[in-house]
Amino acid sequence: MAANARQALMDPLFNNNPIALQVLGICSALAVTTQMDTAFVMSIAVISVTALSSLFVSMLRNQIPTNIRIIVQLTIIASLVIVTDQILKAYVFEISKQLTVFVGLIITNCIIMGRAEAYAMQNPPALSLIDGIGNGLGYGLILMVTAFVRELLGFGSLFNKQVLPLAVEGGWYTPNGLMVLSPSAFFIIGGLIWALRAWKPEQNEAE
Amino acid sequence: MQGSVVYNLGFAAAVCVVCAVFVSSSAVSLRQRQDYNAAIDKQRNVLVVSGLAGDDEELTSEEVERRFANIQQVIINLETGNEVPDGDPLTFDQRRAAKDPATSRAAPPNAAQVIRLPNRALVYEVRDAQGRLQLHVLPVEGLGLWGMLYGFIALDPTIETVQALTFYEHKETPGLGGEVDNPRWKALWRGRRPFNDAFEPDLTVIRGRAGPPDEDPHRVDGLSGATVTSRGVTNLLEFWLGNDGFGPYLNRLRQERVTG
Repeated sequence: MAANARQALMDPLFNNNPIALQVLGICSALAVTTQMDTAFVMSIAVISVTALSSLFVSMLRNQIPTNIRIIVQLTIIASLVIVTDQILKAYVFEISKQLTVFVGLIITNCIIMGRAEAYAMQNPPALSLIDGIGNGLGYGLILMVTAFVRELLGFGSLFNKQVLPLAVEGGWYTPNGLMVLSPSAFFIIGGLIWALRAWKPEQNEAE
Repeated sequence: MQGSVVYNLGFAAAVCVVCAVFVSSSAVSLRQRQDYNAAIDKQRNVLVVSGLAGDDEELTSEEVERRFANIQQVIINLETGNEVPDGDPLTFDQRRAAKDPATSRAAPPNAAQVIRLPNRALVYEVRDAQGRLQLHVLPVEGLGLWGMLYGFIALDPTIETVQALTFYEHKETPGLGGEVDNPRWKALWRGRRPFNDAFEPDLTVIRGRAGPPDEDPHRVDGLSGATVTSRGVTNLLEFWLGNDGFGPYLNRLRQERVTG
């Protein structure tokens, strides 16, 4: 059990990362990674939703009728996402304004649905909860690394604190406009996938 | 039992009921806090355009309320420009009013792409500690490149010069049209003259650079790489300062200054 739990939590970080290996959840990874604080709140939101949706789906796994299981999973996920959105609006209003529709779009994030269907339907609640947290963390890890690069090079700041003095304000750093636009996230995520596979060659697809 | 139609229907219904109760109870219980946040956020934006708060200044909600104390909120009838006595500024939401057919009308075709005009509008009178009028703050909105720009314009009490223009919500490209919230660009607006001698709106965001306000009072530097956003700003100012927008209200203020 302990070994299983450890595997469920750690595997999604590097060995089976939802973004880098399964290439899921890319849409929001492009959209919310211009700044680290939005990426951070988005990561927390996704971790809570994957964790809880996996938990609830797993608790109901023996009761859910097979032929309507997808829509039942989706109902649970959608409810959790709406509540998460409401909580963000109530407690971190500024950041929820920047995240706009992307919190709502967690519903369509394939990672969550994928974990519910592939893992939580077959495994007991505690393990499913841990698996959900692990996959959320794996998503969050990639998001934070991407946001780190984009915010540092695109704005010269980290978590909205200026670290590279900007040329227009008397410093030396000229921000790279490309980093602010979505395509840069593609390049960075592509680079991360490459780095990860260079480190762990077993992730390469067979020729 | 499991797999029968009755079981499936029953299960689906049960899931729906549980989820519906969960979602609606959280929405209801958090509602008050969310409305409060939205109201504070709007007040903060009015403070920024009035120069009472910095752009990136982090303010607690108490601090926002304290600084907002000298700002008077006035609901006006947009068509006549007169104050509406029975309006409650605390509950009035102009953007919601513009969507509701009962409290709005279709806007005449306009370049700012404003589709519906609210019958009533919320404007702000910024006063100093002695109660003397310092600024008129008016909400403005119009289409940029990717979506609507929402902001405020602050005019001095004589309504002859602009004190500030800010946009608190927009979807423009960061680094290009998104520069509408760049403090250096916004600073260019101070001192420009929004009206010509016939009191018609006359303020254009040009391509390239405009002169200083006293030499080039009706033009402002364009945003480089953002022609559509720049034009959008010109259009929305022309609309909201014109007769379909706050024209009647501003005319009334001018007359009151002459007669009163």
